[in-house]
Amino acid sequence: MSPAAEPARAPASVEDRFEYVLRLGDTSLIAAQRLGALLGHGPALEEDLALGNIALDLLGQARLLLALAGRIEGRGRDEDALAFLRDAGQFRNMALAEQPDGDFAETIVRQCLLDAWRLETYESLAGSQDRELADIAEKALKECRYHWRFSAGWLVRLGDGTAESHARTCAALEKLWRFTDELLSADALDARMAVCGIGPAPALIRERWETRVSAALAEAKLERPAHRHYPWHGKRGVHTEHLGHLLAEMQFLPRAYPGVSW
Amino acid sequence: MYTQALDAPQPPSAPTDERERLERFQARIDADEKIEPKDWMPEAYRQTLIRQIAQHAHSEIVGMLPEGNWITRAPSLRRKSVLIAKVQDEGGHGMYLYSAAETLGVARGELVAQLLIGRAKYSSIFNYPTLTWADIGTIGWLVDGAAIMNQIPLCRCSYGPYARAMVRICKEESFHQRQGYEIMLTLAGGSAEQRAMAQDALNRWWWPSLMMFGPSDTDSKHTAQSMRWKIKRFTNDELRQRFIDATVPQAEYLGLMVPDPELRWDETTGHYVHGPIDWSEFHAVLKGDGPCNRERLAARRAAHEAGRWVREAAAAYAEKQAASARDAQAG
Ligand SMILES: [Fe+2]
Ligand SMILES: [Fe+2]
Repeated sequence: MSPAAEPARAPASVEDRFEYVLRLGDTSLIAAQRLGALLGHGPALEEDLALGNIALDLLGQARLLLALAGRIEGRGRDEDALAFLRDAGQFRNMALAEQPDGDFAETIVRQCLLDAWRLETYESLAGSQDRELADIAEKALKECRYHWRFSAGWLVRLGDGTAESHARTCAALEKLWRFTDELLSADALDARMAVCGIGPAPALIRERWETRVSAALAEAKLERPAHRHYPWHGKRGVHTEHLGHLLAEMQFLPRAYPGVSW
Repeated sequence: MYTQALDAPQPPSAPTDERERLERFQARIDADEKIEPKDWMPEAYRQTLIRQIAQHAHSEIVGMLPEGNWITRAPSLRRKSVLIAKVQDEGGHGMYLYSAAETLGVARGELVAQLLIGRAKYSSIFNYPTLTWADIGTIGWLVDGAAIMNQIPLCRCSYGPYARAMVRICKEESFHQRQGYEIMLTLAGGSAEQRAMAQDALNRWWWPSLMMFGPSDTDSKHTAQSMRWKIKRFTNDELRQRFIDATVPQAEYLGLMVPDPELRWDETTGHYVHGPIDWSEFHAVLKGDGPCNRERLAARRAAHEAGRWVREAAAAYAEKQAASARDAQAG
């Protein structure tokens, strides 16, 4: 269902729009922060450079989204104020994005599950009633398609590579699958954003994500893990322990030297 | 850049027809012709280039580590983005350079293996630590700046693939240099703490940057042959002098002190005169006793080891794909 096809509806509140754009922006930012840390340590030079590219794309998306969130909020916070001066409980990223990089299989599985979600979400957002958000999504789509090709391509190579790579990828899937429900289960805000034509219909994203990810898992000869209960709601500020450490590192300079420019 | 430890093998004494070939080869170089991969070349020329290009490639790759160290802590999203792009450029430089070396008949895997067992050299500058954010500015300003001094002449190197790789690399290095200087400008115009951070970084990086040009000409054994072959176009001391002449006014503009009490401008020569360089430090770092030699190699080895199963998986998958394509064709 395209949001643009909906009849006229009540406009979204400033708070809702701010929160919703933060979810997108923070998820990209935190994923970029994770990938940026890997640069120079990849399994081969080509993968190093590809992951660096993806980190740069995600960071670029995050900057546009956070700047937009700041404008919506209208309290003078720019991208840096939002990135560096909020505590973990105010971050709205999906908890999957903050999960640390164990081995390359964990990196690829995390990216793959997120890339599929981001690609489907931005596809829909390109038709959003919010013109600024639609423009950002439109611009990011080409990048998101490349990210998915990269991560799904590796998922297949690892899943259908050697016995060791298969086992490692199964373990990574088992570990990270429980964070996927958050991507796909709409909460009240997601529902309101869909109703007012800004956000995509949650059922549509779930269906398309399932199709995309199931096909990749099948090609990779990987079993889909069983559904698990999840207690994390990163998008409502309920995070895993990892986010605090990530932020402590990321925010250190502006916190230690407040009020100066860099 | 990054070729300071170069020791070129001597050309072998040759029989008559070999000598003629050498003369023809030298005549081509003297006429500023480019030598291409399929052309005949003396073995010593090939070996000198392999060593120099490999050393340069390794330096790009190891150089990703000290700067990568600040990606997660860059103080603004714009700075983070610029730094990721820079570190990624350096990886790209490593890639072009390994490819240039491969045109001389040596595989990238072989060169990387030499680096990992500690047999290959890379620029000593990357064995120094990045302790503060100002180090990221200083590396761009001084280290990329020194790299440009070294590399601009290499764009006219006699070996075609190396010269062409350098043209591309130099464009990006000058971009890095400007970005680094811009960080320094911001810090120098910032708070007292930021200025102190900038001065401290210059204090720590100045001398190691001068050492990047390699030993003084009086101690540099192989410059003459490399100059004849137009692999090198200026001596170490000439390049170092150019760097100092270009950089001191930049430091002054920043309001920072170059940490050399003997530094002075010489009216008659139109050059700066600098104090003595501590070559014992340089040799210690080259021998493996710099502040971070162990950490840099350990990080490269750890990445290589951790990536082994990934590379094996990719190879196994490619093999399976090739096999099923063969089956499909046969069927
Ligand atoms: Fe470089
Ligand atoms: Fe550079």
